[in-house]
Amino acid sequence: MKRGTTMTTGNHATTADETLYRAKVQIFTLYERFWHWTQAALILLMLFTGFHLHGSLDLMSFRSAWELHVLAAIALMTLWVFTIFWQFATGNWRHFVPLLEESKHAPTLTQALRGWLTMIWRITRYYAWGIMRGEQHPYKKRLRRKHNPLQAFAYFGLMAFMGPLLWITGIALLTWDFWQNATALSTTEGWRTIAAFGHMLGAWLMLLFVIAHAYMATMGKTPSYLIRGMITGVEDIWLTEEELCYLRNFHPHRLLEVEKSASPVSSTA
Amino acid sequence: MGILTRGLVLFICAMMPGVAPAMAQTAQKPLSPTILRNLSVTADHSKFKELQGPFTAGPEVTKACLKCHNRAGEQLRDNIHWTWEYKDPRTGRELGKERVINAFCTNALGNEGMCAQCHAGFGRGGPDYDLNRLENIDCLACHDNTGKYFKTVVTPGHPKVRKKFTPKKPVPFTEAAQHVGLPTRTNCGKCHFYGGGGDNVKHGDLSSVLFDPPRDVDVHMSGRDKGGAGLVCIDCHVGEGHKWAGGHYRLNVGDDGKRPAGMPRRTLSCTQCHSEKPHRMTSLVGWRLNGHTDRVACETCHIPTFARGGVATKTFWDWSTAGRLKDGKPYAEEGYTQGDGKHRHTYASLKGTFEWGENLVPEYVWTNGEMDWLLPEDAFDPKKPVFINRPLGAPEDPNSRIMPFKVMKSVQPYDAGRNVLAHISLWGDDDAAFWGNFDFARAIAKGMKVAGRDYSGEFGFVHTRMFWPINHMVAPKEQALQCRDCHARDNGRLRNLAGFHLPGRDRWPWLDWLGGALALLTLLGALGHAILRIMRTTERT
Repeated sequence: MKRGTTMTTGNHATTADETLYRAKVQIFTLYERFWHWTQAALILLMLFTGFHLHGSLDLMSFRSAWELHVLAAIALMTLWVFTIFWQFATGNWRHFVPLLEESKHAPTLTQALRGWLTMIWRITRYYAWGIMRGEQHPYKKRLRRKHNPLQAFAYFGLMAFMGPLLWITGIALLTWDFWQNATALSTTEGWRTIAAFGHMLGAWLMLLFVIAHAYMATMGKTPSYLIRGMITGVEDIWLTEEELCYLRNFHPHRLLEVEKSASPVSSTA
Repeated sequence: MGILTRGLVLFICAMMPGVAPAMAQTAQKPLSPTILRNLSVTADHSKFKELQGPFTAGPEVTKACLKCHNRAGEQLRDNIHWTWEYKDPRTGRELGKERVINAFCTNALGNEGMCAQCHAGFGRGGPDYDLNRLENIDCLACHDNTGKYFKTVVTPGHPKVRKKFTPKKPVPFTEAAQHVGLPTRTNCGKCHFYGGGGDNVKHGDLSSVLFDPPRDVDVHMSGRDKGGAGLVCIDCHVGEGHKWAGGHYRLNVGDDGKRPAGMPRRTLSCTQCHSEKPHRMTSLVGWRLNGHTDRVACETCHIPTFARGGVATKTFWDWSTAGRLKDGKPYAEEGYTQGDGKHRHTYASLKGTFEWGENLVPEYVWTNGEMDWLLPEDAFDPKKPVFINRPLGAPEDPNSRIMPFKVMKSVQPYDAGRNVLAHISLWGDDDAAFWGNFDFARAIAKGMKVAGRDYSGEFGFVHTRMFWPINHMVAPKEQALQCRDCHARDNGRLRNLAGFHLPGRDRWPWLDWLGGALALLTLLGALGHAILRIMRTTERT
């Protein structure tokens, strides 16, 4: 145990004298998993029907595609309303904000940013070829930070940019009848065209995200490791003494297994 | 259920817009108010001593009519069916059958002796017809309920073609006068189904099929026994005091929306019965379709094709080939056989070369109902097709909607020195009438003279286009267009309409290209990466 050292793995800097325990912990609660898979199904349905509405696919009627697209949109937006509430009620939103955790543990913001960028570079490098050489993932999952910085950044982009881009433009297109005469028709028609463009841009970004996300879901310890994790909610993470205590006392059912001897985090990948 | 009970139920339904569609779906179909009124008259005209006749001429009948119906003459005085004139409220220009040169038989002016057999009057033999002689109004053309009344050519015409147009039996004035009522489809159809000189020649959506159409040709005019509504023309073309809604010079593409659904309005439109939200709001699609009604006319989706039911419409008319003779005699070729088996002329010495079409897809145009009309003295560039009329409107105009039109293409004479359309003298017993002499030079010189116009003396033939609105032959709802018919990337029905974003048709090709390329690259990258990972894993183990 390397007490007194500071981890340099690029996770948030762990303070000295910190003992870390390797543990199987349910990091994704039932609601989060329900959210994830329902959202996945709805997004796939919306992509499939949406590209019909765009004229790229012709496997179903425009009418059915439109109906399903709108129903799925309503369902997805309802899901998001609940999820936004859940995020803030449970504090889970912290997992998705880049630099939030890092900035707490670094002395200055510049250092936090540097550490964050370094970590993103190392993760990228790991995914590109490190994984093929049998290297270990440079990021150690923590209870307070269950997504690695690259992941958090991608999900943040999804939720803060792509999502709103799609639903704002989507609602605008759907409710065109109510605002088309807000001002001159030639002006609102221009806005409608911009909305259509934004919606299409969002659709392509979403498709890219879905492909990349689906493939990267196979890039865990084993190809099915992360996918199983999203189904059962359980993954191997590192816990501090306090976190272990907290889980034992307040969420014992989430704590499935703790390695007998506390292990340190190796400083080299 | 008695007819009155039905009428009462219908009336109650009409008062409750929410209930009417539901009722119509189950048991009740609308009943023609006109037919109902004809069935409920309390006076038997055949018993009136004033109508015992016998009548041998039209004006005698009209005088008898006007004795009791003493306001009818004055009401008809300004009616377009009587005057053949129409003042465009937008431009103030004088339009109407006597003014406009059309893309079919060209001009009625000067040819009244032939054309006025569809005039709501007697003896209109020339341009100097006295519109104040109200006894010349033809009441029977519109009010005969026997179906036996017919009109004849006004002047005998040229001896060479006279025989073809001479009536073979006397006009049954007396019988018709004793059996009058509100106009039915038979009355209107006798002229309006034969505009342009033959069955469905002009309109495309008004043919003899509509005297008794099957349901899939026209849901409104199809009889109740056939599953249709059994409506007649004036059930929709409502009005009062011999003035009713509808017309080609200025279209009604919208509705004031001020009266509840089912109540008659002065403005002719589908919405006067169906409301502006005719689709069921209980489904998302119904809601979406109701969102279309302010920009897309009902006819656009609900008249998938026109000239249905077996009668073709003329799509092309080339006057320049007219006048060819065989052995010195006019002849005709019947090169087109239409759906009902009848043959149609593809060439006639009297008129030229024709093309026909059936089940035609209309042209779609943004229009607010206003039209630009070409008057005889409006000059044009003869190198380009000349538009005799052109619907006005634009996507950015909130009053414009997308409407279906038949676009007639013709080649017709024009004054090559002055670049204006030419009047032709077609009908007459003189040596100028084209129908008899087959000489354009003389026929045009005379036509221009009768019309009181300057003529350079040189004529040529110019390509013309004429827009005819498609409003009839509304198909059953299950045959309405599908979304994909317009929301299609290529070859959608609205492919020629620009200036607005149409989902499914419009896109940004570079964005699609970029997005598609990136998606493909991501996919290939993932695949390649996966293969490398599998290879490395097997190497290590």
